[in-house]
Amino acid sequence: MITFERVTKIYPGSDEPAIDNVSFEVPEGEICVVIGPSGCGKTTLMRMINRLIPITSGIISIKGQNVAKMDVIELRRGIGYAIQQIGLFPHMTVYDNIATVPRLLKWDKKRIAARVDELLSLAGLEPDIFRFRYPRELSGGQAQRIGVVRALATDPPVMLMDEPFGAIDPINREVLQDEFLKIQAKVKKTIIFVTHDIHEAIKMGDKIALLEAGRLVQYDTPENLLVHPKNRFVKDFVGADRALKRLDLLKVKDAMMQNPVHCHMDDDAEVIAKHMKENQLTFLLVTDQNEKLKGYVNFYELKDHLGKVRDLVKPMTITVKPEQNLKEALSKMLSYDIGIVVAVDDDSRLKGVLNTRTLLSVVGDTYDERGGVWGKITQQGSISS
Amino acid sequence: MIDEVKPAGVGERMWMWIGIAVAFAGGAFVQQMGFFDFVRNNPGEIWKLLLEHIYLVGVSSAIAISIGVPTGILLTRGFMRRYRDGILNILGISQTVPSLAVIALSMTYIGIGPNTAIFALVIYGLLPIIRNSVAGLAGVDPVILDAGRGMGMNSRQLLFKVELPNAMYIILTGIRTSTVINVGTAAMSFLVGGGGLGDLIFTGIAMVDPAYMLAGAIPTACLAIFMNWAFGRVEKWIVSPGLVYH
Repeated sequence: MITFERVTKIYPGSDEPAIDNVSFEVPEGEICVVIGPSGCGKTTLMRMINRLIPITSGIISIKGQNVAKMDVIELRRGIGYAIQQIGLFPHMTVYDNIATVPRLLKWDKKRIAARVDELLSLAGLEPDIFRFRYPRELSGGQAQRIGVVRALATDPPVMLMDEPFGAIDPINREVLQDEFLKIQAKVKKTIIFVTHDIHEAIKMGDKIALLEAGRLVQYDTPENLLVHPKNRFVKDFVGADRALKRLDLLKVKDAMMQNPVHCHMDDDAEVIAKHMKENQLTFLLVTDQNEKLKGYVNFYELKDHLGKVRDLVKPMTITVKPEQNLKEALSKMLSYDIGIVVAVDDDSRLKGVLNTRTLLSVVGDTYDERGGVWGKITQQGSISS
Repeated sequence: MIDEVKPAGVGERMWMWIGIAVAFAGGAFVQQMGFFDFVRNNPGEIWKLLLEHIYLVGVSSAIAISIGVPTGILLTRGFMRRYRDGILNILGISQTVPSLAVIALSMTYIGIGPNTAIFALVIYGLLPIIRNSVAGLAGVDPVILDAGRGMGMNSRQLLFKVELPNAMYIILTGIRTSTVINVGTAAMSFLVGGGGLGDLIFTGIAMVDPAYMLAGAIPTACLAIFMNWAFGRVEKWIVSPGLVYH
């Protein structure tokens, strides 16, 4: 979709190239994070795509079309552009800001109004409240959301984002990143995303392009960048704690034990207690007929009970989703001081179980330089508290 | 947005009373000087001169604005950047020439009459407008220019949709300063036969007649205050409420 061929940029009056013979290709619908230490040329690389910075040599093409041969105004109107400092026009309302490019493209009023409302809702901002606010009446997070949806206004296939979440506090940044990934899952844009934050890169990127002093050092998936860093520089850049960073990348479903042992609400307590004793289980998960998690039972309570399991079920409030990443799961386990967490889907159906042991084994695999297979651990392990 | 409403404090009330007292004393003083009698006896004369004065200020300010703002825009375009400071310096030096001298100089070339006065007023009124236009446009946040350019605005759209609206407050302040100064300077156009309220002021000085002089000076001052107020209104109306000058 976006192709760089031997792209070089030398600023006038400088001997050193700011971008040195960079070639790579970003496939359609993917987020390519461009990252590197400050001054490595990542922003320059991005700004050459919509020709805010002229290219010295080489070819950048979008869908096979050389951008240097396109009409520059049309080129830019066809590319969503979001920047770190947000750049909302302070003299315009939120509505006018979002409507900027649609107006340049001469959309009719009704279509613009509908689109603005749609985008505000997409950004999680109530249109009736925010439509006629001015940027100075917005919080940093709100402004940033609007900066991003403004770039989405005309539904451009390609977006350039220069640290679009850089100006806000870490907590809100995580929220915005999550929301943006959700949006991206729907709209499937081809995105060049510049950042200096390796966490953000790992989280957001389908591919990561790591630059050093204008040269492309490694262009790879986040997974490979962490597991197979090409050289010392990459290793240092992703950091000594790259194993921990991998927790960001891996989902609960990759590490959980699938098909955990469990019983049903209507099972006889006696039978289950016997079964638990045989398998040396102190706790057992309980589901209903539809495999929905109802809670757990405790062996010591169950063993003398005559009746159904349902009489003794204790609810299980702390669960994770299979799609959540391992870092979130681990932080849940740590903050509630539990050694085990149960994964359920949106309908609270039991999907698997994650405990510290399996979680750590996954992290440990990162250090296996052979790149050991970790994924599916389906052992029917015992459940310990 | 909710306008801040402040209860009138003791301090403000005190100033109000002082203001009323001063106005009363001033009224008594000008009465003593025979101002009101003069106004009562010559309303037509004062009215005619006031209209002349407004004409001088209006025409000269209109010309100064229509030259000054485009010059300011031109000076902030990329290709003019290297000449900008030089040109502003020259204009700054020319502003130090006393207004009386500017009027006298233009008389030597154009002769006498209202056009000479207007020419001099335009020259004198240009600098604040150009300087503020340049300052306003140069002060627009480069980030929003980058955003506009990146979104595909051409330079004309960038100028009219982004640069001018954001610089408007500072440009209008320049225009306001220039016009208010012009109201005062226009009093001197009497010296080159341009008419206006200066007629009464200078005649009053020559005849040592305070009533005559005040009949020119007070409407001039009122006109200046009115212009200042009117531009304040215009600013509120033109400048976007999204900008934090209000």
